[in-house]
Order: sequence, then structure tokens, then C-alpha cells
Amino acid sequence: MNTTVVAQLQRQFQDYIVSLYQQGFLDSQFSELRKLQDEGSPDFVSEVVSLFFDDCSKLINTMSRSLEQPDNVDFKQLDSGVHQLKGSSSSVGARRVKNVCISFKECCDVQNREGCLRCLQQVDYEYKMLKTKLQDLFNLEQQILQAGGTIPQVDIN
Amino acid sequence: MEKSGFSPVGLRVLVVDDDPTWLKILEKMLKKCSYEVTTCGLAREALRLLRERKDGYDIVISDVNMPDMDGFKLLEHVGLELDLPVIMMSVDGETSRVMKGVQHGACDYLLKPIRMKELKIIWQHVLRKKLQEVRDIEGCGYEGGADWITRYDEAHFLGGGEDVSFGKKRKDFDFEKKLLQDESDPSSSSSKKARVVWSFELHQKFVNAVNQIGCDHKAGPKKILDLMNVPWLTRENVASHLQKYRLYLSRLEKGKELKCYSGGVKNADSSPKDVEVNSGYQSPGRSSYVFSGGNSLIQKATEIDPKPLASASLSDLNTDVIMPPKTKKTRIGFDPPISSSAFDSLLPWNDVPEVLESKPVLYENSFLQQQPLPSQSSYVANSAPSLMEEEMKPPYETPAGGSSVNADEFPMPQDKIPTVTLQDLDPSAMKLQEFNTEAILRSLNWELPESHHSVSLDTDLDLTWLQGERFLANTGLQFQDYSSSPSLLSELPAHLNWYGNERLPDPDEYSFMVDQGLFIS
Repeated sequence: MNTTVVAQLQRQFQDYIVSLYQQGFLDSQFSELRKLQDEGSPDFVSEVVSLFFDDCSKLINTMSRSLEQPDNVDFKQLDSGVHQLKGSSSSVGARRVKNVCISFKECCDVQNREGCLRCLQQVDYEYKMLKTKLQDLFNLEQQILQAGGTIPQVDIN
Repeated sequence: MEKSGFSPVGLRVLVVDDDPTWLKILEKMLKKCSYEVTTCGLAREALRLLRERKDGYDIVISDVNMPDMDGFKLLEHVGLELDLPVIMMSVDGETSRVMKGVQHGACDYLLKPIRMKELKIIWQHVLRKKLQEVRDIEGCGYEGGADWITRYDEAHFLGGGEDVSFGKKRKDFDFEKKLLQDESDPSSSSSKKARVVWSFELHQKFVNAVNQIGCDHKAGPKKILDLMNVPWLTRENVASHLQKYRLYLSRLEKGKELKCYSGGVKNADSSPKDVEVNSGYQSPGRSSYVFSGGNSLIQKATEIDPKPLASASLSDLNTDVIMPPKTKKTRIGFDPPISSSAFDSLLPWNDVPEVLESKPVLYENSFLQQQPLPSQSSYVANSAPSLMEEEMKPPYETPAGGSSVNADEFPMPQDKIPTVTLQDLDPSAMKLQEFNTEAILRSLNWELPESHHSVSLDTDLDLTWLQGERFLANTGLQFQDYSSSPSLLSELPAHLNWYGNERLPDPDEYSFMVDQGLFIS
């Protein structure tokens, strides 16, 4: 094992993950998730996160359909979708996504279709962005492991 | 776990959440707590699992928002049918939501994101519930305390020993008893005799013996005891029961002069006494206790507004019971919560029809909880006029909250035998006695106070009367005006349907029941 390489990778990993927290992509819940990962479930975090992204995609599609027809928007269903998304995002610590949900809910409450559309777009953007970022993070992890190193525990709390 | 090496390892948790991400996370977290976890994505599925293995879980954690069923509904079902502690979860921490959770019987409400540390201590809810139940039973004077505890063995009650944990059989009976004693009423001691539960049958024997002897004041406990021929009963038991019975009868005598149902609703001509007694009442529709058959007042008849009651009851579900008029009345149906059957109901319900929607359990617990504490004497047995509202509460109500209803225990309306449950030892026993005035009187062929039969279901008085009526016999039941208001009916907690585990009687039945003298007359 090339310890220098490992050390470098680990450093990279650490910096990257810290930046994600700092930029608000992730919150402490993500940190909690990482703590749950163990030998019994070495891919726990990536599995959970995949579930989340799948969920996002589904919910966004449903909400998009709800918003399609200008004069026939089912705000109730929309609200329900937003609520689910909010709950879901809180499970992985997807902070930005969650924040958009808050605004999204407000738009639903006042039945602001335009506002809802904007929020929907934003939520879509945010979750995809997070997906990319996390993918990079997981790649780094893999590299570390392949280099024989261990993934640093970065506790954000 | 200082107490005894108790550990929550193996706690059987059922997690219900339609969010797959959360379900996975919670499962992981709970497993890390060394619990036995079952996950479920749908409320109906959860109910199915729970019903299939009635004794298969210790606690349920469910999200409030489920696609197929409102989480609160699930909560009610679980509480109602299975008497399991339920923890609600949501990403929404709005006061009204949390309130709703509490009202529907949730033992806790967690906000998402949920942390491990919160899950680590959920076992406290299971333990607490078990302790309460046992305490209730102990308090009720259930003589078969040990038996009951044995049965609880299967329910994974905590036990003694170092490696005891949920899911394992208790090793040590004594530990449990000890634990219970430690936990229970300070006035209780290990040397405390098991209380006698004066079931209807027992009381009948007592009364028969008394009659045989003649005038009750000539009857001595020893003689009565001999005549009763109940091996396990002691002279002391009889003596104290006799004392209460005498008091009760003397009050009845006085009550005869007043126009009232035996212990029932008082009509227009209430005596001044009524007024006093009523002073404690605040809620419309509630009447004060009729102490000893005479002074109940349902004077608030006209003020009764069923609606508030309905909603009030819902909101008060877990708080002080909206007791139906505290008319102490007797009624029959009073199936002693204290009877052994009560305990059955505390155990996972196996027979409760799925239709039920309320939370009997909650009621029962509180009800039973009521029993034991002498200090709690909510009923001032003797001084009616000085009753404050709190005191008016039936023994079965939990002051601390939780209406107590022993749904299972309610005799069927068709069960015309007034059930007398007299509890020995407590002032509460008195109350019980009062409830059964009618029954007792009848059995003794004594004159019943008149006028009660003037109750008709058509007048305003009905409302009141019905509300005052404790035909549901119980204590915790929130007595709603369900006689004439369909909408209310739908609002009523389904536990009212428990009346004998049957559907809610309709107005016609009421008349029937009244005629049959099932109500306190």
C-alpha cells in the first residue's frame, strides 16, 4: 500500500466532504448515516442515498404532472408530494433539497402555480447536483479502499 | 440499567413508514440498538402483521403520513386492539400534529430526522406500559396477581437476572413482583394482602347472607362470612365491605326522598343538595355524582351541548376523562374493571373486533390505575355537597388522564344482571356500590326511588340523563350523547361501541334498557 497515495486520497476525501457540509449540500444527518455504516453493511450510505434519489425522481415526476395543466392543478397532491420529499431529504441530510421543499410548500399553500413550478425546477436541479457530488465522494472512497486505506471518519456535528 | 441488569436487547419493534429511505435507515438504527426489527411500508400491512402475531411485537413506530391509511388511524387501531405502545414520527413538528398524536394515544412523537440516541431509549415506553398495567391490576385487588404475572411472562415482561431481556422468558417471578411493589403505591407493602374484588357474584352472596340474617345492622361480619361460604374470604374482608354497604344503604334511604333515579339523574325538583353537589361541575352535560342514589343532578340538562362533548372527548382522550356525568350511577353494566376479565383486556387483545377504533386500552389503564390509590379517592364517599369536580370523578377515571374504559368488561345491554363490582378497601369501593344501588335494591326487593322511569328519550332531559347515565358502566367511557345525533356518533371514539363489544346501542335500545331497568333507575 502506498501510504502517501492513501494519505492524499484521504485528505482529498476529507476536504471534499467538509466542503459539501459547508456549502449546505449536506447536514449532520448525513454524518449520522455514515456512522451507521459498518462491516455488516459497508455500502449502507450509498444504498440509502440511491433510494433517496430514486424517490426524488419519482416524486418530481408526479408533481410535474400535477402542475402540468394550468387550470387544473391538484395542490393537495402537490402538497403531499412535497411533504414526502421533505421527509425523504431529511433522511439523508440533503439540506438544500429540503430547503427548497420548504419554499415549495409555501407556494402550494397559497396555490401559486408559478411559484410551484419554479420550486419544482429548483428541487430537480438540487437533487441532481447532490447526486453528482455524492457520486464523486463515493468514488473517492473507492479509491481509498482500493489503495488499501480506510475511509476517514469526518464528524460534522 | 442499574436496577437488575435489565436490558432492552431483543425488543421487538415494528417500523412502519412509506418512505423507503427512512425505512432502511430506521431499520439499521434499530438493529444497532440490538432490537428485533420488522419493517413495513404500508399501514394496512402493519396491522395485518400485528394481528397475525398478537403477541409478536413490543412496540410500534409509525410515520404519521402513510398513503393507505392515516397514521393516526393506525395508531388508534393498534392502541385499541393490541394495547401496544406506539411512537409516531414525522418531519412535521407542528403543534397541532403532535397534539393529535397525543390525543390518539401515541406514547411519543419523534421529529425526523431521527437520531440513534432517541431510538436507544424507546424501550422505556414498553416498560412503562407494562408497569402501569401490572400496577393497575395489583391495585384492583386482583387476587390472582401471581397468575396474571405468569401470563405476562409470555408478553415478555421484563424480568430479573442479568441476562434478562425482552423476548426472553422471565426467570424470576419475585423480581417482577418486587419491581412492581417498588413502583407501586407507596402505601403498598410486600405484606399487603391481596385485595378482594367484590364481583357481582360475590356481592350477591354477601347480600343474600345479609338478608338471610335479617336486618343488616344486626348482621355481623362473622355470620355473613359463614353464610357466604366463600373459602378464601376473610372476616376482615366482609367487615369492611359491610361497613361500606351500610353507608351506602343509609344514603339510599335519604335518597329515596329525592326524586331521582337511584343514583340517577335528577329531575327538575332537585333538592338544594343537588345544587351543592353540582357546584363542582364545569362541563355542560356533566352531572355530579349521585352519591348514594339521591343527589345526582343533571341539572345541566338544558345546557348540554353534545358537540363540545364529542370534540372534547376526543381532545381529552388522554387527559382527564370527560367523564360522562358523574352521576354515580350505578348502573349496572358496571362490570368491575377490576374483575379478572379486566386483566385480560390488558393483555394483547385477541378478541376485539377490528371494527373498534378507539383506545380502550388507554382507558383501561387509567381506569385501573385509579383503583389502587387510596390517596386518590376521587370520590368523597360521604359528603356529596362538598364534592369538587375532581372528586366527582368516578374511580375509574384517571386523574392523571386517560379515560378508562374496560370495553371488554361491559356487560351486554341484554345482560340485565346489574353487575356489582364492589371493591374492598377503597373509597372507590363505595362508588362502585353506589353504582349498583338499583341492582342491590332490586335484589333486596327494596323500594326503588320513583320517578326515574320518567326518563324518556325524547326530551332534553334525555340528553342529560343519558349523559349522566353510566349504563356503559364505566368509568372511563366518555359518555356522549349518542342517542340522537348521528353525526356525533361518527365522531365518537369507537370505544363507545365497546359497550359489550357491540355496536353502539341506538335510542330504541335505550328505551329498552331503561324499561328493563338496566339503567339506574
